[in-house]
Amino acid sequence: MAKKIKLNDKNTEFYEKIVELSGEQVALCDQCGTCSGGCPFVEEMDITPSQIMRLVMLGQKSVMDSKTMWICASCFTCTVRCPRELDVSKVSEALRQTKLRTAIDEISIEDISKEEAKKLPTIAVVGNFRKFTG
Amino acid sequence: MSEKRKMLKVYLAGELFDVPEGSTIMMAFEYAGFQLKHGVGCREGYCGACATIYREKGDYKLKGGLACQTVVTDGMTIAQIPFVPAEKPIYDLTELTPDVSTFTELFPAVFRCVSCNTCTKACPQDIEVMDYIQAIIRGDIARAADISFDCIRCGLCAMRCPAEIVQYNNATLARRLYGRYLAKKSPELDKRVQEIEDGKFDEQIRELNEMEKEELSKIYFDREIKIS
Amino acid sequence: MKIPYFPGCTLKTTAKNFELSAIASAKKIGIEFIELDRWNCCGVVSSLTSDDLMKHLAPVRNFLRVQEMNKQGIVENENRMITLCSMCYNTLSLSNQRMKENADDLQKINDFMHREDDDYKGDVDVVHFLSILEEYGFDKLAQKVTKPLKDLKVASYYGCTLLRPKSVGIDDTEDPKILEKFVESLGAEAVDWDAKSRCCGSYHTVNNIDIVYRLVQGIIDDAKKNGADAIITSCPLCAFNLDVRQSEIKEKNSDYQTIPIYYFTQLMGIALEIDKIELGLEFNKIDPEIILTKLNLL
Repeated sequence: MAKKIKLNDKNTEFYEKIVELSGEQVALCDQCGTCSGGCPFVEEMDITPSQIMRLVMLGQKSVMDSKTMWICASCFTCTVRCPRELDVSKVSEALRQTKLRTAIDEISIEDISKEEAKKLPTIAVVGNFRKFTG
Repeated sequence: MSEKRKMLKVYLAGELFDVPEGSTIMMAFEYAGFQLKHGVGCREGYCGACATIYREKGDYKLKGGLACQTVVTDGMTIAQIPFVPAEKPIYDLTELTPDVSTFTELFPAVFRCVSCNTCTKACPQDIEVMDYIQAIIRGDIARAADISFDCIRCGLCAMRCPAEIVQYNNATLARRLYGRYLAKKSPELDKRVQEIEDGKFDEQIRELNEMEKEELSKIYFDREIKIS
Repeated sequence: MKIPYFPGCTLKTTAKNFELSAIASAKKIGIEFIELDRWNCCGVVSSLTSDDLMKHLAPVRNFLRVQEMNKQGIVENENRMITLCSMCYNTLSLSNQRMKENADDLQKINDFMHREDDDYKGDVDVVHFLSILEEYGFDKLAQKVTKPLKDLKVASYYGCTLLRPKSVGIDDTEDPKILEKFVESLGAEAVDWDAKSRCCGSYHTVNNIDIVYRLVQGIIDDAKKNGADAIITSCPLCAFNLDVRQSEIKEKNSDYQTIPIYYFTQLMGIALEIDKIELGLEFNKIDPEIILTKLNLL
């Protein structure tokens, strides 16, 4: 992801909002990459969790265009391994909520097929809707 | 009425009116000169057409009730709701199964419930709405049908739900599923249906059809009701 | 011992085999689960934002039910609430932790729930059945086993929510042992493997099944590579992904070798010689009986 970011483009308001929502001091991230290295979903992501941390730290609202936070399933693998004890899962959640709170869902709940509806356990449906609908 | 009734000040659709004490919200609207075409029905608390939201003076709560049953208080602010737009999928009851998967397919929004209980607080029928929604989520259709039995589909629950669930349509489906698949079969009912089909009551029906209104009214009100 | 029990939605529907086998097995060793009255869905996943208090209402309502059970004398001084489902355990525990640590949040929630008879006082403890078994003693459990699961090689799958985050994990996050100890107490062989705590894809199974297929295949391959005959879990969502989605992989590729998935309590039931009808084996998608019959365990 070779992309130039001008540091004076920092959207401070966005950065502060994510810090507040997540409760995590994102700027403490050392960019060691442990979160990305251990993430079981990283190969599905367009940018890695550590890149998410970096972009948030720099107040880059463009991070909202990434699919990474929607692929993150809050498995907390990054959370338990971060040497700075930052909870990356919470940062993902803050990014998801930033969109969901504008009343835009990430999925369409009517899209579950009849065939899948017969199979899916309640636990999957409730969990999915909690993470993908606002 | 010999004594002059005390008048109360109420805000109806944003305007201030004086209405007699003891009026229901519906009476207040009509006293003030509104002609209600929507949001009015049986006027007896059965049909659920007249859901209304209001605030009482000095109370932070936004309350809901039936306009035909709720008596106005001084300083009340009232908004009549013509109807609640609701998601209403079309289904064929004979093709459904009485379990949670039917709701996953037809009413997936039910799984968005956060147990805030706002629906229960809004219900003018004092139904534990949240409890029947929770019963549906765990697949207990019979429980959902039982708890929701008194629902009159006024829509106040759906109006207030932060998860945008249409509770009463879920409840209706639960009761239909219960009726078709889960309720204990009644041999007496089958027998009676057979008797009707065999024409056992045709003569009586014909007599009723031919009766004058007054006579019909008399036997209706004189009828004996067996309460078991 | 009588203990308040929170079942969770899925244990009443697709994961009946989990509930049935757990209740029967627990009973056999003298633990009685008393189901909470009027319990509600926990929400499955914990809300992770700092201000999203409403999502914690559902867990707290359930804690109130435990308080009521004590007040009504249904249980005696038993502030623990037992869970079977790992996700319920996790979500309830995280909310409870927040309520215990943050008096302002607890106050707000109590104020909001003004229709409840009592306030939540913050003294309920959420415990997983595995922790109760650990407390009971795996040695003691081993003594109760009447049909040791000899020669059955079991891969213990923890998934995410039993272990992470650390504050609610029932064992070491990187090197858990509790399920292996459990497996050995039943007389089976605990297989060591890498994928024991790797995510199965979780709720992506609703709208992004391909992710789940990839992760499930990785987990199953690792179990097979390490010689496992079976995988055990305590999560109905993991079980669905590993069992039902695995069987779909098989449908697409008939050469694929499947491996049966059990709830840990089903194997416990077999070792304690619980009546087969209470194991709910018919709910397991991939034939759970072949290996058990082969080893003369059924």
